[in-house]
Amino acid sequence: MKSRRINSFAVYAVIYLIFLYLPVAVLPLFSFNDSSYVKFPLVGFTLKWYSQLADSHGLQNALVNSLKVGISVAIISTILGIFAAKSVTRYRMRRSGLLVGFIMVPLVIPEIILGISLLMTFSIGGVKLSLITISIGHLMLCVPFSMLVLISRMEGFDKSFEEASLDLGENAWWTFWRVTFPIILPGVVASLLLTFTISFDEFVLAFFLSGTDATLPVHIWSQLRFPEKLPSVLALGAIIVVLSTVVILVAELIRRGGVQLNKQSKV
Amino acid sequence: MISADRTLVDKIRFQFRRSESIRGYTLLSPTLLIILLGLLFPLIILFTLSFWKQEYVDLIQTFTLKNYGDFFEKKIYYLILYRSIRISAFVMFATVLLAYPLAYFIAFHVQKNKMIWIILVTIPFWTSYLLRVFSWKVILGYNGVINSSLQSLGLISEPLEFLLYNPFAVVITLAHAWAAVAILPIYVSLEKIDRSLIEASRDLGESAVATFIRVTLPLSLPGVIAACLLVFIPTVGDYVTPALVGGTRGIMIGNIIQSMFGKALNWPLGAALSIISMITVTAAVCLLLGATQLFKKKVS
Repeated sequence: MKSRRINSFAVYAVIYLIFLYLPVAVLPLFSFNDSSYVKFPLVGFTLKWYSQLADSHGLQNALVNSLKVGISVAIISTILGIFAAKSVTRYRMRRSGLLVGFIMVPLVIPEIILGISLLMTFSIGGVKLSLITISIGHLMLCVPFSMLVLISRMEGFDKSFEEASLDLGENAWWTFWRVTFPIILPGVVASLLLTFTISFDEFVLAFFLSGTDATLPVHIWSQLRFPEKLPSVLALGAIIVVLSTVVILVAELIRRGGVQLNKQSKV
Repeated sequence: MISADRTLVDKIRFQFRRSESIRGYTLLSPTLLIILLGLLFPLIILFTLSFWKQEYVDLIQTFTLKNYGDFFEKKIYYLILYRSIRISAFVMFATVLLAYPLAYFIAFHVQKNKMIWIILVTIPFWTSYLLRVFSWKVILGYNGVINSSLQSLGLISEPLEFLLYNPFAVVITLAHAWAAVAILPIYVSLEKIDRSLIEASRDLGESAVATFIRVTLPLSLPGVIAACLLVFIPTVGDYVTPALVGGTRGIMIGNIIQSMFGKALNWPLGAALSIISMITVTAAVCLLLGATQLFKKKVS
């Protein structure tokens, strides 16, 4: 009886994964197709769309811009997330629930509204649109996510570890680095990855808040209007899938390596 | 003199260390400040602008209710907002219903390497959102994956046209796009459940289904609600998916708002439509939360 139930859930999980991966598989499939029309049947194998990528300066600039924005947003929002999560989980504060709710508000506001309100603010304030304005927009989305991830990690471990360290004479700074940080490290890695992903992938805010420097999604959007450029955009999409898979796996290995190192140092 | 200063500094320092809430607020303040400047302030500007009007490219800073009047007079805005809410509600139900069994599977049936499943679920979301939406266009399209496969199998002679450019395509695409956002909170809340509670229920003679309805489901409700909100709220304002796969019958309020900042060039009307949408979404969310409260009471 029990094994049959496990099977039906596993079957569902496999079907679900097919549903998830079907659109992702379509990208590489057509990126090797020797036709500028993105439709079936497939015509023949080619690598020309990939070689076209190397010549596209607009695309390379957009990629660099996206990396700049993504990395800075990931770092800043994770630091803010650590501060916020620590304050909420470790100190008894009045109205902390209300304040946390306030920080979460960007998650419950449609992105387009966030985008236009920031656009109006920058425009009225005479701020020129640039990568910085995009980053400010992305921070609004990433800080709450980062805080959520880190709060759940900090709630999950015993406060007495930190108290023991403080009682044994370690100061707050080193208690953080030697006790708190190693324990929340998986949460920190998760937060960095999550926020980088959100920023790297984010289109709506970037669309409203970009000046002359486009991020990758904004560049892709502009390319979608030209059918002849689509296959090379698909080739780019295929590369992003492969690279990001590698990044996630490496991050996971680092996380596990870190855990093992902690165990060794305890011995 | 110096020693007096030092004792004062020490006193302040002592007070600071002793008062937990002051230290807590200090740690929280940078984050609060960022959200205050980047969210609350711009929303106030948005609200103010919704009472202005625009002539060509100039904003006229005199108070007017014309933008709100437009919303109630011209039926089109009202109808499109209603449609957006309905589509998003469908998306929410579809996404959460599809996600729950998978989250349940990972939380309760996967013994080793749960992380691999989480990673597997998350990887598709590393690809550009735009490209994923575009992929659906390719899959559902006239010469798309579904039509050409069905044709080569001889099941249909003419391509099916009802797959793309309608609200159905929008629901499928969004349910796919937001899957991970729904799975993760549900998974987290299921994972947190103390397994002995479930065992206790089974030992006391409840069936597996009754245990699920009376123990597992209510305990995972926070995750389900989080998933609902995280899917419903952003999708109401989405304009990429309707623009690419929705056709004219799939246009949502986001497309209208976006056009006010593009082709139509009427920022104040766009601002007013945004404010109205936000109020409507908030009302819908309150209804949802109220409904879950009722559900909780009924179950317990």
